[in-house]
Amino acid sequence: MVGQTQAQAQVPLQIPAQDAIIRVRDISVQFGKTKVLDGLDLDVKRGEILGFVGPSGAGKSVLTRTIIGLVPKVSGRIEVFGVDLDAASNSERRAVERRWGILFQQGALFSSLTVRQNIQFPVREYLDVTQRLLDEITIAKLGMVGLLPEVADRFPSELSGGMIKRVALARALALDPELVFLDEPTSGLDPIGAGDFDELVRTLQRTLGLTVFMVTHDLDSLYTACDRIAVLGNGKVIAAGSMADMQASQHPWLRAYFHGKRARAVMA
Amino acid sequence: MSSDPTLEQIAKGNGLALCAAGPWTARFAPELEQIVSAAERLTGSRPNIFIDVSQVSKLDTFGAWLIERLRRSLTEGGVEARIAGLSADYSTLVEEVRRVKASPAADLTNVTISGILEQIGRTMAGVGGTLVSLVDMLGAVLAASGRVLRHPRTFRLTSTVHHLEQVCWRAVPIVVLITFLIGCIISQQGIFHFRKFGADIFVVDMLGVLVLREIGVLLVAIMVAGRSGSAYTAELGSMKMREEIDALRTMGFDPIEVLVLPRMLALVLALPILAFLGAMAALYGGGLVAWLYGGVDPEAFLLRLRDAISIDHFTVGLIKAPVMAAVIGIVACVEGLAVQGSAESLGRHTTASVVKGIFFVIVMDGVFAIFFASIGM
Repeated sequence: MVGQTQAQAQVPLQIPAQDAIIRVRDISVQFGKTKVLDGLDLDVKRGEILGFVGPSGAGKSVLTRTIIGLVPKVSGRIEVFGVDLDAASNSERRAVERRWGILFQQGALFSSLTVRQNIQFPVREYLDVTQRLLDEITIAKLGMVGLLPEVADRFPSELSGGMIKRVALARALALDPELVFLDEPTSGLDPIGAGDFDELVRTLQRTLGLTVFMVTHDLDSLYTACDRIAVLGNGKVIAAGSMADMQASQHPWLRAYFHGKRARAVMA
Repeated sequence: MSSDPTLEQIAKGNGLALCAAGPWTARFAPELEQIVSAAERLTGSRPNIFIDVSQVSKLDTFGAWLIERLRRSLTEGGVEARIAGLSADYSTLVEEVRRVKASPAADLTNVTISGILEQIGRTMAGVGGTLVSLVDMLGAVLAASGRVLRHPRTFRLTSTVHHLEQVCWRAVPIVVLITFLIGCIISQQGIFHFRKFGADIFVVDMLGVLVLREIGVLLVAIMVAGRSGSAYTAELGSMKMREEIDALRTMGFDPIEVLVLPRMLALVLALPILAFLGAMAALYGGGLVAWLYGGVDPEAFLLRLRDAISIDHFTVGLIKAPVMAAVIGIVACVEGLAVQGSAESLGRHTTASVVKGIFFVIVMDGVFAIFFASIGM
């Protein structure tokens, strides 16, 4: 526990308010008697790719789901785009939801809709545009995530795992959001596919000016795609900073993670 | 910076500059689309057109694509169109959409006479397929039972008991309640109409024969098809969707033996028990109404019941129960294993399971009626 307090002391978590796209303050989440998140603070800067790591079961996905409002929190404050999500009215909340996109771990594509319909679904709901524009935008989005237009009329059950992730990303990007949440985007992909996906996220971040909140286990993703890394442990953010900061940290879990056998292989 | 996107036309010598300004983003897509389709009509008016995007305050895929679409349709119309004033931030985005090949939209299926006929033909052929798959499943279940009889250790007792609890024990309250109410209703209606010609007491005959022979088992079978048949289909279907059944197969387990047989056995044991309880509840309800509404006191009711019905009526009812259970179970398992990858398919097969289950139960009931009539039971 000594290591943890040291790590916490040396990490500047707060960043100026106008730069932060997500501000999480002192949130706690509890399932029954187990505290999953305990007074967690986190800021995400506009335009960055934040990689979020931590041991399995530490609550990374829970934090993501809490920010997007799928898991109720016991206490704390969450601001996204400067809007306090607890105080927001329904229409304000919907306006926020329109500005973010979410890629779920399993893709969560609608299984009874084709790829085309999956991507068009959010657009049709929010924008009154012609079918022609919808189809053109669908093809554009598929192209952006590296898929051919032929995929558009297939059903999710006819896609490979990597394609499902790409289609899910295309759907998350359908409304041109400013912020995307990626929950383990490269899990279940082969190393080359995962590398392509990291590259894709970087390219999209550059072209669309996205802010990316990425939960990941993949060291390669952290090295190649992320601007900043935050580490979750004991229900708190135990460290946040660049790759160099992570490697310099003395926290036992961080040392094991960033200096382990796999990490050395990635750095080599 | 204006709050709405605009596209201004400025003449420059023999050329034309289209100055885009404001936010060209998804939020304004409907307006933008109109602006762009209006500008597309400029084709042919000038030999060359500049699309100046330097005043655009915000650009995303929608805006970038619409500008690209404008450029394309102007070029197709024989105009030399160029995009100018692109900031470094947005040039990658415009390059990205430039690679998009506009492809024709998905063709909608037309409803034609031949299409309808084809549909009918396919449905009829599907009926044959359904019968074959039912017989197939019956065979597979019998073969699996044979294997289990030879090697009793492979029998899944825990699973069977679990399913027995689900389909039998937990179904008792609702089955008893509904059959009780039906018994009350039959008795009340019978008394109401029989009283007109002073034949009140014959309501006991009607109630006894109807409940023990037909209503008891039929009603319970229909309830079980709706309650447990649908559950079986949904369970097996979602296991199929998540490749759990494939996993079982690769581990060397026979899905029929592990999943279908315990379910079938539980259902075959459960339905006679439920049918018996249902018949008793219906008789009790009928007797209660006959006493309170018709003035037939319990003693007279029981005496009359003993004279009116023979053990045959009771046996006929109970013989049907396990057969109907087998039919419901087979239909439910066939439908469950036929589920494809989508949620819609799961819903379709669950519906089909209940509809076909009830249909076959009624058909079986008819077949039994003819059979018992010809052997004089």
